[in-house]
Formats: sequence, structure tokens, C-alpha cells
Amino acid sequence: MLQAFGLMLALVLVVIAATLFFAWRYRATGKALHQPDWDRSLAVEIVTWGIPALIIAILGTMVWNKTHALDPYKPLPGAPPLVVQAIALDWKWLFIYPEQGIATVNEVALPVGRPVTFRLTSEVAMNSFMIPALGGQIYAMAGMETRLNLRADTPGRSEGRNMQFSGGGFAAQTFAALALPEQEFDDWVTKARSTGTALNAASFAKLSKPSVADPVRYYGTVPVDFFAKRIAAHGGMSHHSGNEAGH
Amino acid sequence: MDEPTILLGRLGMQALPFYSWVALCGALVTVGCGLGFLALVTWLGRWRDLWSGWLTSLDHKRIGIMYVILALIMLIRGFVDAIMMRLQQALSYSSEGYLPPEHFEQIFSSHGTIMIFFMAMPFVTGLMNFVVPLQIGARDVAFPAVNAISFWLTAAGAGLMLISLVIGKFSTAGWTGYPPYSEVRFTPGVGVDYWIWSIMISGVGTTLTGINFIVTILRKRAPGMTLMRMPMFVWTTLCASILIVFAFPALTVSTAMLALDRTLGLHFFTIDSGGNAMNYMNLFWIWGHPEVYILILPAFGIFSEVVATFSSKRLYGYTSLVYATAVIALLSFTVWLHHFFTMGASANVNAIFGIATMIIAVPTGVKVFDWMFTMYRGRIRFEPPMAFTVGFMCLFVIGGMTGVLLAIPPINYSTHNTTFLVAHFHNMVIPGALFGYVAGYMYWFPKAFGFRLDRTWGLRAFWFWAVGFTLAFMPLYVTGLLGMPRRMSSYANPAWHPWLILAFLGACLIFLGIVSLGMQLWVSIRDRARLTDATGDPWDGRTLEWSTSSPPPAWNFDTVPLVAERDTFHAAKQAAQPMPHQPADSFDMPKNSVSGILIGLGGFWVGFGAIWYIWWLAAAGLGLIAATMIGRSFAEHTEMRVTPGETGDVT
Ligand code: HEM
Ligand SMILES: [Cu+2]
Repeated sequence: MLQAFGLMLALVLVVIAATLFFAWRYRATGKALHQPDWDRSLAVEIVTWGIPALIIAILGTMVWNKTHALDPYKPLPGAPPLVVQAIALDWKWLFIYPEQGIATVNEVALPVGRPVTFRLTSEVAMNSFMIPALGGQIYAMAGMETRLNLRADTPGRSEGRNMQFSGGGFAAQTFAALALPEQEFDDWVTKARSTGTALNAASFAKLSKPSVADPVRYYGTVPVDFFAKRIAAHGGMSHHSGNEAGH
Repeated sequence: MDEPTILLGRLGMQALPFYSWVALCGALVTVGCGLGFLALVTWLGRWRDLWSGWLTSLDHKRIGIMYVILALIMLIRGFVDAIMMRLQQALSYSSEGYLPPEHFEQIFSSHGTIMIFFMAMPFVTGLMNFVVPLQIGARDVAFPAVNAISFWLTAAGAGLMLISLVIGKFSTAGWTGYPPYSEVRFTPGVGVDYWIWSIMISGVGTTLTGINFIVTILRKRAPGMTLMRMPMFVWTTLCASILIVFAFPALTVSTAMLALDRTLGLHFFTIDSGGNAMNYMNLFWIWGHPEVYILILPAFGIFSEVVATFSSKRLYGYTSLVYATAVIALLSFTVWLHHFFTMGASANVNAIFGIATMIIAVPTGVKVFDWMFTMYRGRIRFEPPMAFTVGFMCLFVIGGMTGVLLAIPPINYSTHNTTFLVAHFHNMVIPGALFGYVAGYMYWFPKAFGFRLDRTWGLRAFWFWAVGFTLAFMPLYVTGLLGMPRRMSSYANPAWHPWLILAFLGACLIFLGIVSLGMQLWVSIRDRARLTDATGDPWDGRTLEWSTSSPPPAWNFDTVPLVAERDTFHAAKQAAQPMPHQPADSFDMPKNSVSGILIGLGGFWVGFGAIWYIWWLAAAGLGLIAATMIGRSFAEHTEMRVTPGETGDVT
């Protein structure tokens, strides 16, 4: 993609330089040749359509390949992915680990090296889920599920956030993204399970109330199908709803 | 909120802006300017002139000038919003800044809405109005009364927009008004309704303008002006008008559906009961993408006129430019999905829309080359319109490049919703659209008023705008790449802070640019004797508008010009011949009409009533519109006979 950028930048710089040069060279107070009726040239025409067309042809091919290679829906190579279900709330994120049976608020941990599939939905207005250090964003919308595949290759801590304006608490709607080595990840799960409370209708109702900059919170138990039921609650068919069909 | 009452709907004392000093100041300035204007007209004793010369005029030139005045007023309002946001973000590193989030949200929403709908659209429509009939050798537009209705509906929308500052609050849902956020569940007040009704009402006016200009251009050209002899600005206006007619209904429908959701509790786009907000996003951008070309194609037309005139040369690559314009117009309907690559569509879909988007860069690139080659072997005079054109060419290509980058889906996944996007589209709308309009304003001003605008202040304005733009928006590319989301009222990332301070300084330079525009106008009016142009052709122009006097008579041309080639007027000057024309004749011109202003007033009542649930007012507005239309259709003697050169025109 850098070549693509380089190619365009070169053309842009040439255009700027030529514009400024022509502007100076053919100034009225100068002595340069004046050809007031010169208004067409096949050679120039071929170049002016040809060069942009060529660059766009090269870029277009690249777009086709890269868009498929970097499709956020495409599972990443490696071990079978860890599934994390993320629910956008006003103005925080709830993460559910169905395999581990835990849930967290405003903190998500990824085992280093293992692909992760995020399944996204929203309880509120449209959100856009992104962990900039790891990859791009995908919208989270009520009543449907969207997906994003990510993988952390080095341990570390970064910030993820909602990128789509969704009201008063939007600016502070961030969460911690922890990339943890296998062992530490397991410890983290254990900690969440042992210190956390239960995620159920009552605690979820409380959590759903709009709030800003919530502290990290853990839930040690999560009902199976909690995520699918939240989607269904907003009219989604099943957890295969949303854009799945169009895929 | 209290229960709505019959008389006042949900309007009550709480609607007055006593909740914050910023809102109160805004309201006071708005009301003060309005009252000041009324007082001034009264003091000068000019109500009659204002009424019969302007407010009820059906002259396309006067309507055009009123559009431009509206645009300049709204430019100031939109810019006040902009610099308030820039100040907020310069201050709000690790603090709340001086604006609470809700206020910041109203400001970015009103800024975007004003700049697109009530600054850029009226500006471009005003220039089209003033220039197109003159350029095609016509005495008026096809439907002069409809033209006035278009203007007054736009003014009604702008009025709603302005009054939202005084009574109630404006939307916080951004200029795009995306549901589900814009549904009552998340935004229960009147804000989103203000947004809906102001753009819906002005949108109807715009649709009528589109129809009017298609018919005008296709039917009212002077004899001999074949399509391929039309000036570039006429071509771009034609393409933009076609886009308006096909695109604006999508906006009207999507905002009407949102209004139904909000007002009658339907569920088109809600998060439950079967609503689906993705439909809104598709509809909105089916209008929204063509809209950016509606704004920029006529600007391309202006640059084409300006670059040929001030290079003293024929426009290079006319045929290419015509085809490039048409191709852009056509393709602009095929790319709307690039506004939501991150909605989870398949790689095939995203790749196809990404490539379609990039293809538009080809005809656009061709245009830039054609302007470049128009300058080649020209004899370039650096009057202010030309300065804006050269500045446009240098800055616009940067925005074009970042646009292509955004069209690459894998890059878009990371840059979408960031200030990189904000920088990109401002890079298109400021050096692209706005520079074009300002160039057009300075270029055609002497045609409208008979004297030129001051050159020195014009060049100052250019430098402040060009440097200010660069300083205000290049930093946003950087913060975008550093991951800064758009629409942030405060933030905690120290890396963004210095760039946002720079951006604020850039906005201050733009402020000086706006001051320079004001100074230029003031100085030029003061020194109009020095700047007078008695020839009607101050720039050694090439197209028909320069062949008539400045200002032109109400009927534009005493005798209808005959067109033999693209630059007939210039050719006649070269050959030292008078402009060929038809024999003198008598013809009909429309008389003034109050129908435009009455329908605008009715539109305003409909909007205000629907926003506040004052249903009797909305009904009265509809009644006024219906009565005006019926009355107008029975009116006889709507035209008067004109015989140029004779006094005492007969009715
Ligand atoms: C004159 C100088 C201008 C400045 C300093 C300026 C500044 C800004 C700022 C600070 C924002 C908010 C960015 C954010 O969300 O973080 C913004 C948004 C926007 N601006 Fe401007 N702007 C200017 C001119 C214009 C013009 C001429 C147009 C259109 C013709 C325009 C259209 C918009 C739109 C559509 C938005 C998006 C609003 C939203 O988020 O819903 N701006 N501008
Ligand atoms: Cu677009």
C-alpha cells in the first residue's frame, strides 16, 4: 500500500510543481510564448487520460486483492479463534467470553498469538468498535451481529474505543485492551471468574443505565446465549442475523 | 417535558436560551442582527425598494444575488461555529474545555448543516442563477416564479436554522442525522426536528431549482448555441441540476421517514419493532455522495471560465472536460457505499465500491490537467479569481489523493470516523467548492454591480484563506493517523494536543480571510468610482455575459445574441466586429410576484409548527401555500411587454 501512496504522491507533487511553474512562466508580465488558440492535442490527451487511468488500474487491482486479504470477517490463520462477544452500551463496552463463561466491562484481554473473533452488537445507537493498535473498526448495531477478527502478536496494553459518535459520553467511551501471554491470560480469566459477580437480567439492567467512564468490572458467570438473546431482544433473528446473510 | 398544549405545542419558557451564557450570546447576536437590519431599512426608508426591487422580484439576477447574500451570512454563522470548535479542541486536552459536551455536539451539527445546506448550496445556486441565463444568451430562466419559490423555501430553511439558536436547541446528531441516535429514544427534544425540517423544506426548493435549470439550459439557449458550444459553467450546472433532480428526492424521503418515526412513532429506523437504520444510511448517502458533486461540479465550471479568461486563451480540452463532467455525474451514483465500508459488507462489495470510487479520480485528474494546459502558453493575469484558481489546483490534488486513500477499504477501516476524514472533506469543500464560489463571486461581481472588487484585498483574502486552510486542516490529517476520532468534545491523548493548537491558529488565519472579504467589499463600495467598469467587459471575457452592459438590463440582452462558435464574443472582439445578434424586438418579461415569499412563509410555518407540535400553525402554513398556488394560477397579466430602448413599457 505504500507503493500506492508513493505513486499518487509523485503525481500530486508533479501537478503542484507544474501548476506553479506554468503560473510563473506564463505570467502576463513575462516574455513566454503566447498561443491563445491552442486548445487541443491528441498526445496531451492520451497522457492526461492515460496516466490517471494507469495509476487507478494499478491501485484498483491492489484494492481488490488487499480488500479480500484483509477482510475483517476473514478468520486469521493460526489456532482456532477465541470468541469474544462485545455489546456497546451508553457509554461503555461489555465483553462476554462464552468459552470461559465470564464477562467484563471496559477491559478486554487477548491471548498473545491466538486469533480472536469479535462478535459485535449494540444495545443503543450505532457504535464503531476499534482497537487502533490491532486493526480497523467495524460498526456495532442493535438487533444484528457484525464481526471483526484481530490478533495481538506482542504483549502490551493499549486503548480501544467507540469511534462512532453516540451521544454525551462518547468522548470518554474507551476500554483497556490487554494483550497477555497464555499464562497471564488464564490468570486474568481466573481472576474475573473468582472476583466477579453474576451477569443476569437484574445486573444487566443496572449496567445498561447510561454512564460515563465506568471502572473496569468483572462478571464471574454469564447465562449461555446471553448475547444471542440481546440481539433477539432488538428484533434480530438469531446470532446468525445481520450481515451474515449477505456473506 | 410538559404535556403539549394546543396553542403552543411543546413550546414553553424552557425553550429560551437562559441555560448557558454561550447559547444566550448566540441568541442575542442573532436577534440583534435581525432587529438591526430591520431598523436600518426603516431608518433609510427603503422598505418599498426592498419589497419591489428584491423580495418580490422574479429577475434571476436579483434572486441570484439574494442567494449569495444568504450564503455569505450563513458562512459567517458557520464559521463562528467552526472557530468555537477549534478553540474547544485546543483547550479540551484533559479537561472539559469551555463547552459542555452537549453544546459542542450542537455546534458540530449546526456547523456541518449550515455549511452544506445554507452556505454552499445557496452560494452555488446563486451563482448559477445569476450567470447561466446570461451565459446562454437568455432573457430569463424557464420558470421565473418557481425560481423565486425555490429561493424563499431555501430562506425558510435557513430561517428555521437560525431561529433554533434562539428558541429551543439544535440537533446533536451531526449533519448526517444518523438513526438510531437521531430517534426520539436517544434525542427526545426538538433539535433533530429542527434539522429535519430545515433541510427538508430547503431541499424542496433545491429540487425545484434543479428542474428549472435543466429546462432553462435545454430550452432557452440563444440561436446557434449547440450543446457543445455551451460555456463550461453551463455544462457543469446542467450536470449538477440533473444530479439534484435524481438525488434530492432520496434526501427528502429519508428525512421524511425519520420525521414519521419521531413524530408519529413509526419504526423505519428504530432499534426495535423491526426498524433498520442501515436503510437510512443507504438512502442518505444515495443523496449524499451526488451532493458533493452538486457542490463541486459548478465550482469546476467556474474554475474553467476563470482559467481561460485570465490566461487569455481558449479553454484547453473542452471536449474532454465535458465528457469528464458527464462521467463524474454518472459515476457519482455508484459509490455511496464508501461512506460505510465498516458496516460489515463482504469483501466483494467493499472492493467493488472502493474501485468504483477510485475510477472517479480519473476524469477528475483529467480536469486538473486540462486547467494546467489552459495556463500553458497563456498570458496569465493574477487577478483574485485566478489566484483562487491556482490555489485550488495545488491544494485540491492533495484532497483528491487522500480521498483515494480513504477509498481503499483496508485503509478506511482505520481512518474512517477520524479527523483524517474531516481533513479530507474540508480539503475538497474549502479549496474545491468554496474557493470556486469565491472566485466566481469576484469574477462576476462587476457584471452584477458595474464596478470591480478591490484587487489588493482580494489577494489578501486569498492568502489568508489558502495558508489558513493549510494550517487548519493539515494537522487534522496527522491527528487522524494518530487515531483521533471526529466529534470529540474533549480528549486525553497528549500527542494530539499540539496539532489541535496549530489547527486553531489556522482557523484564526481563516478568520482574517473572512475579514479581508468584508474589507474588500467595503473598500470597493467606497471606491466604486475608481473601480467602475463602463465597458461591461472588465476582464477581456470570452462568453456571452460579457457582451451585455454591467449591470445588465432586467431582460439581459436588448437583442438576442447569435452564436457561431464556443467563444463567439471573444472572436467578435478579435475581429473588431460588433457581436452578431437578432433584430430588435419586443418581448414579455415577468412582473413581480408575492407568491415566492408567501410560499416561503408558509413553508416556515409548516416547519416551525411540525417541530414544536403547534399543529394549527403547520396547517395554516399548508393553507397559505395552497392558497398562494391557487391564487397565482388564476392571476392574469403576470407579464409585461418590453421594447428595449423605449420608455414607458406597455403592460
Ligand atoms: C471555514 C473554515 C472551516 C473550519 C475551521 C471548519 C472546522 C470544522 C470542525 C472543527 C469540524 C468538526 C470536526 C470534528 O468533528 O472533529 C467540522 C466539521 C464539519 N465541517 Fe467544517 N470547517 C470549515 C469550513 C467548512 C465548510 C466550507 C464546509 C462545507 C461546505 C464544512 C463542512 C463540515 C461538515 C459537513 C462537518 C461535519 C459535521 C459533523 O460531524 O456532522 N466545513 N468543521
Ligand atoms: Cu461519497
